[in-house]
Amino acid sequence: MAHTTTHQHESNTKRIWYVFIILSVVTIFEVFLGIIRPEFLTHTHFLSMKLLNWIFIVLTLYKAYYIAWAFMHLEGESKGLRRGVVWTAIFLISYLMFILLTEGDYIYGVFKTSNVAWDF
Amino acid sequence: MEATVTKTATEGKTWGGGNEPLKASYGKLMMWFFILSDAITFSGFLAAYGFSRFKFVDSWPIADQVFNHFPFLHGVDAPMYYVAFMTFILIFSSVTMVLAVDAGHHMKKGKVTFFMFLTIVGGLIFVGSQAWEWKNFIQGEFGAVTTKGGNILQFVNQEGERVALSDIAVFQASERAQHTGNKGVWFTEEAALPTYTIDEVKAGFVANSSLLIRTQSLNENGEKTILTREESIQKLDKEAVGIVEGANLKHNEYGVPLFADFFFFITGFHGFHVFSGVVINIIIFFNVILGTYERRGSYEMVEKVGLYWHFVDLVWVFIFTFFYLV
Repeated sequence: MAHTTTHQHESNTKRIWYVFIILSVVTIFEVFLGIIRPEFLTHTHFLSMKLLNWIFIVLTLYKAYYIAWAFMHLEGESKGLRRGVVWTAIFLISYLMFILLTEGDYIYGVFKTSNVAWDF
Repeated sequence: MEATVTKTATEGKTWGGGNEPLKASYGKLMMWFFILSDAITFSGFLAAYGFSRFKFVDSWPIADQVFNHFPFLHGVDAPMYYVAFMTFILIFSSVTMVLAVDAGHHMKKGKVTFFMFLTIVGGLIFVGSQAWEWKNFIQGEFGAVTTKGGNILQFVNQEGERVALSDIAVFQASERAQHTGNKGVWFTEEAALPTYTIDEVKAGFVANSSLLIRTQSLNENGEKTILTREESIQKLDKEAVGIVEGANLKHNEYGVPLFADFFFFITGFHGFHVFSGVVINIIIFFNVILGTYERRGSYEMVEKVGLYWHFVDLVWVFIFTFFYLV
């Protein structure tokens, strides 16, 4: 018998519905923002990106946290497993993002300032 | 039974495999290994998307103007509603999945069966919705004109609303026939000809004084630039060389072709994950009905397939943000 059944599980149904409500509300809020696109958010820039896009990214990470912690039950796993999964992903992905986005921005500059015509 | 035994003859042997520092079974750990590597694969795709988007940062298509269809609301501009609906379906099927896992912990076979069934239905609705979205994207709605440089020119009226090619083009007699393999010397074929010729569109554009051209480039407000009437006529006359209807891997009436390429690749790869998730769910579903896990004394298999299913949902949350919102 797998050892997971040897200790008692209390029911998590309440927490599951709570997380569902959080995820739904955040999604509705995102769609709402995405449709109206308030001007003060699209015209304010933070670290060379629109504030609106930062809000979307932060809310996405917030949703990802709930999915991983509550649904994938990382909150109940041992610390070692949790850190092994989360930090590996975070470090590798931020590195990848940093390199590729910097490079993309550089190429944009090359296109823009080069003597080659792109619009003809 | 034997397949799930995790402690075969290792009990008490601290240095012989009896020690479980992560306190998780072999199967679950391997599922986590897979999920982590798959997560990094997906981030590779999304990072590549970000790369291309930054490269064309001032001419990337605006998602609100591309994905604005909703079933039974033909011709109504409904940005995002359908994707939001798909997101809900997927989140909800994640909820039913975790409810099935929860019921499994209490060895309630009936409840596990019911919730697994709902999860499968949710997954199928999602895959179907994605197919519908692809269909709209591939078919296109308005059509556009491509320039020598490969840029896209779209048509709008004075209010800035899109105008379809069919409302612009005026019929002209032309003898251009599609070249098929059985007619030529070299047995080569060409792709299907567009509905209208570029000359028909040009003539129709000049005749209708309310039409303007919208280019790919974004202005400082993040909106697509609309040319004046004089600029429009000049640009169309000098630069337009062909018609684009819908999208494929080479041409794309919404703008930069890379946008369509990434759309097909990333949502396709994700859709394939959903599809295989549904297949795996169905297998586990039948195992539950047959009582396999009841006899095994543990519903851990439901938990493992659940991990995969939540992961698919997790990936969609990111695709939703980076493809449709940002």
